[in-house]
Amino acid sequence: MLGTRALSGRVSNKLTLSWRDAFMGYAFVAPQILGFLLLILGPLVAVIIFSTQDRNLLSGAVTNVGLENYRFMLHDDPFFTKVLGNTLVFSAGLVPFNLALALVLALLLTQPVRGIVIFRTLFFAPVITSTVAWAVVWRFLFQGEAGINSFLALIGIDGPNWLREPHWAMAAVIFAQVIKNVGLNTLIFMAALQNIPKDFSDAASVDGANLLQRVRHITIPLLSPTIMLVLMLTLIGSLKVFDLIMLMTNGGPANATNVLVYYIYFRAFQVFQTGYASALALILFGAALVITVAQWAVRRRLVYNER
Amino acid sequence: MVTSSFKTYSEIFAYPPTLLPTTWHFENYEHVFDLQPFVQQYWNSFYIATLVTLGTLCFSSLAGYAFARINFPGSSLLFLLLLSAIMMPSEVTIIPLFHYIQKLGLTNSHFPLIILPMFAGPGITAVFMTRQYFLGLPVELEDAAFLDGLTRWGIYWRIALPLARPILVAVGILTFLASWNLFLEPLVLISDQAKFTLPLALRGYTDPYGQPLWGEQLAATTLSVIPILAIYVFAQRQVVESFAFSGTKG
Repeated sequence: MLGTRALSGRVSNKLTLSWRDAFMGYAFVAPQILGFLLLILGPLVAVIIFSTQDRNLLSGAVTNVGLENYRFMLHDDPFFTKVLGNTLVFSAGLVPFNLALALVLALLLTQPVRGIVIFRTLFFAPVITSTVAWAVVWRFLFQGEAGINSFLALIGIDGPNWLREPHWAMAAVIFAQVIKNVGLNTLIFMAALQNIPKDFSDAASVDGANLLQRVRHITIPLLSPTIMLVLMLTLIGSLKVFDLIMLMTNGGPANATNVLVYYIYFRAFQVFQTGYASALALILFGAALVITVAQWAVRRRLVYNER
Repeated sequence: MVTSSFKTYSEIFAYPPTLLPTTWHFENYEHVFDLQPFVQQYWNSFYIATLVTLGTLCFSSLAGYAFARINFPGSSLLFLLLLSAIMMPSEVTIIPLFHYIQKLGLTNSHFPLIILPMFAGPGITAVFMTRQYFLGLPVELEDAAFLDGLTRWGIYWRIALPLARPILVAVGILTFLASWNLFLEPLVLISDQAKFTLPLALRGYTDPYGQPLWGEQLAATTLSVIPILAIYVFAQRQVVESFAFSGTKG
């Protein structure tokens, strides 16, 4: 997606080509490229090297251990499988829920109804709110005694102590995250919906297709490039969840919400095993890479009418 | 949240729940400032986000302009290299970054919090956004300026940049928000309470057992969200457009 645009996007520039102009080009991009080398590429190489070492953040002790970190991760780490499983559950719970809700909201919010702007405002506000503030509010609402439960009690339901019970805790953080970010996906869908010509839908309704059929056979296929983009962004976003987990549950109860990035943070900055945490960080990198590459591969086949 | 921040402790947990406080209490807000150097922390967040925004606008528009308009060998390769970093979660490199920042003696300073977002994820997204925008501007304007004897810098500064105002506003809003809401980096790098940014400060309203002081925490959270919501209410179209720009123009 990005790459093809990058290559084909070169504009024929009628300005005289000269070494002087080229020099200006390098000068203009130099800060950004330098920043990239020092703050992204360099640390990426370093994290690969760190992952083959036993490092202690406090004492500064470093020993080379080869692939020992990875062996430990796969065979001896009592938490790794749990953490990986939690991360998958989080993504598997969040992504479909988020996408479906965003799509429905986008379809509803593009309807020409009075007062719709207020709803658009409401659904987008959480996106720009900081996750920390968001987590504070939801932690408050999900308490045993106050918040949601006191309202549930009004209609006679005895709510669980959401964040203290393993299954409910995961459901609660997924819910909080969906509500936080669904507005962004809704916005992207709405932008895409506005680019779909009305003619197709009109023609189909003349042929007798009902609303659901029109959505199923016309809107969704035409929206598929956007759905793909949103799917990928949300999936990678779901792998990165940290703030919300740390602030709502601290990975608990009993590691029920301990996901990959939280675990990386725990290993590196709570028990100071930066070597092992680097190996975990590379797993995160690998997962993001796989998703990115997979979407490139799948895109060409599944997505309707790609550029 | 807002209404609860005006309640007394017992009323927050009252049953049946009340939507509005029976009497409005301001003690929670007073405590916010007593328990932590909240004004200082507010200022920290504000000036860091402002510097990050200015820096990002400056460097990303330069790079975005060059990638869109100047022909120099290797430009598409460099651009692809830069773009490839957008997909990488910043959490991957936090450990070596912490290590080097510590080596340089810059932990517990705001310097890394200003530099990192400028050149990592948000900065690169900004380069991409400005480049797309410059690609869409008519080349003829620049050709004319060039014939009139303007240098490359002059064309960028006097022609291209003023025309790019809408995208600069969008990039500015996105960057400011990203910096204001940054959490992991300050969490790892800053330990001194007076140097905390707001997201860190919000965690500090707990009793000695680590249990949240709800009234104070909700009050502080309300205060921290106000500028963001104010920007949103006053510049709603631009805010929404800036997100749409970064999301869909891929």
